[in-house]
Amino acid sequence: MPIVIDRDKCTGCESCLGVCPFEAIVIKEGKASITEYCQMCMACLTVCPEGAIREITEPAATGGPAEDYKGVWVFAETRNGKAAGVAYELLGAGRSLSGKLGVTLSAVLFGAGRSEAEELIGWGADHVYHSNDPVFERFNDEPYAGMLATLISKHKPEIVLAPATAIGRSFIPRVAARLRTGLTADCTSLEIDPERRQLLQVRPAFGGNIMATIACPARRPQIATVRPRVMKPLKYDKERKGLIIDVEAGGLNSRTRVVQAIKEASQGVNLQEANVIVSGGRGLGSEAAFKMLYELAGVLGGSVGGSRAAVDAGWLPHRLQIGQTGKTVCPRIYIACGISGAVQHLVGMQSSDIIVAINKNPEAPIFNVATYGIVGDVFEVVPLLIRKLKEAKGL
Amino acid sequence: MKIVVCIKQVPDSAEVRINPETGTLMREGVPSIVNPYDMHAVEAGLRIKEQAGGSVVALTMGPPQAEAALREVISMGVDEGVLLTDRAFAGSDTLATSYTLSAAISKLGADIVLCGKQAIDGDTAQVGPEIAEFLNIPHVAYVRKIDGISEDSIRVQRAMDEGYDIVESTLPVLLTVVRELNEPRLPSLKGKMAAKKAEIKRWGAAEIGADEGKLGLKGSATQVRKIFAPEARKDRTMLKGTAEEQVSALMEKLRGLKCL
Repeated sequence: MPIVIDRDKCTGCESCLGVCPFEAIVIKEGKASITEYCQMCMACLTVCPEGAIREITEPAATGGPAEDYKGVWVFAETRNGKAAGVAYELLGAGRSLSGKLGVTLSAVLFGAGRSEAEELIGWGADHVYHSNDPVFERFNDEPYAGMLATLISKHKPEIVLAPATAIGRSFIPRVAARLRTGLTADCTSLEIDPERRQLLQVRPAFGGNIMATIACPARRPQIATVRPRVMKPLKYDKERKGLIIDVEAGGLNSRTRVVQAIKEASQGVNLQEANVIVSGGRGLGSEAAFKMLYELAGVLGGSVGGSRAAVDAGWLPHRLQIGQTGKTVCPRIYIACGISGAVQHLVGMQSSDIIVAINKNPEAPIFNVATYGIVGDVFEVVPLLIRKLKEAKGL
Repeated sequence: MKIVVCIKQVPDSAEVRINPETGTLMREGVPSIVNPYDMHAVEAGLRIKEQAGGSVVALTMGPPQAEAALREVISMGVDEGVLLTDRAFAGSDTLATSYTLSAAISKLGADIVLCGKQAIDGDTAQVGPEIAEFLNIPHVAYVRKIDGISEDSIRVQRAMDEGYDIVESTLPVLLTVVRELNEPRLPSLKGKMAAKKAEIKRWGAAEIGADEGKLGLKGSATQVRKIFAPEARKDRTMLKGTAEEQVSALMEKLRGLKCL
């Protein structure tokens, strides 16, 4: 909602000027004033010592369309006719939300057989909207978006969760735009505001070092995507009972056509399954420096990954990127070497059991999530660690 | 071939910090750049033009200083820059942003719309596909290679989680592109001159014939409720002493936890 400055309270102290990332606050006639450059990022809201900067909040929407929407849905992605693991994770998250709201949890499953629909019930779904129509055999955005949007319009769920995978990130925005509703990407946690019955979606904001809680107050459904390995599945219960609802896939056109789907075997160990990850960032300074990380990983029986800075610099392939736009990992031990710890990296690794951070800057945010912090030069600490580990193992 | 490339001006890298005491952004001195993924979209647009003829228009929405981003891509060879700027656009979420950009693209007309796969400040990857939906055209996300273009169709490779798809689409189409697609060219001297002289079109809500209710905050479905710094881990131990002592202490800790 619009941000305004109370001119009576403003003393012209200028403490708000520096915090605006868009240089949208200027001093006019001794008082602060907001210009057209304002992007309403709200960075200035807490900085004014006089409390002169505030957000004008409109009264919360009451009644209206939100009341007609009930239930939590999960889009269950399939790979080669099988539900992907992330579908079970989303059902775990969806179950907790539906429990808090006192509503049913439904899954939507395209392009898989009935046995897969039954599996989803075991993982927590009360209802499964299911179609195994050949149109869903390969992924094309328009039929997927068309069918999901049609089902949502008909059954009116209040929340829809989808995976932040290549498929989910491609077609879910189309669904949100068609329904003219909100979509929040790559959420790291989901809560319910019980008073307003709203989904609170937490994700990293501003590309960096802060988190934002995002709500979709007046429109429905509230749609969120979540990356694989962020949420935890429930325990599979084969006795669970649920209802499979077969849906008719009619009138779905596609202006794209998948000519061929090519699988590429991922080389090396899957980072997401590694017990130990040794990870490097900008502080390593070169591709050559990663050699010592491979050696350390070798001694510990682990894998090597890196931050976006390391991948962008070309020191590592993208498949080894850990973070919001890479992989989410939770190994037993995560050793961060020369990584400053932008939130975008932290959300991809902070649920690791033990985090060791090695960085020469004691202020680096990586130390906020570390179990053990070592302030020092990675080029001194890592070789020492390798030597001592080798000694301990009698190598 | 009419090509429109959507670009965004973003703060350079993820260097934005939060002041732990005041909880506010510290973004002073962080320069603005063209979103790196968009540079690959620009390069793709220029190559399509070189092969199939036509024109490349760069489009951005933002505050007045976003004009610098348009000049930068004009220096690479883009023919024209259009800046969507209006106080009515402020506070747009991805839905309102996509609507606004799509209204401008409708006015410009396009056979191919190109976007970077996502912007490095928001990382949502939503605006491209949402624009396609507003324009009622197909889209292909995460394009890593363009195999061929004819007058009314295109064949591309789309990066997937476990490999890639070869996808054909009719035109007009919107593509979002990944880094692997190409290496963006550097500006030429001639390009830099053109960039200096170029007249950037400035369009507001009225010029794109937009419905006011779909713009900016009013047109946005989502709202930021709260911004906060991530909390520090409660069981954190900062090791002390020389590098040697710290490494020894770490070994002890890991041994104690039966990690070694």
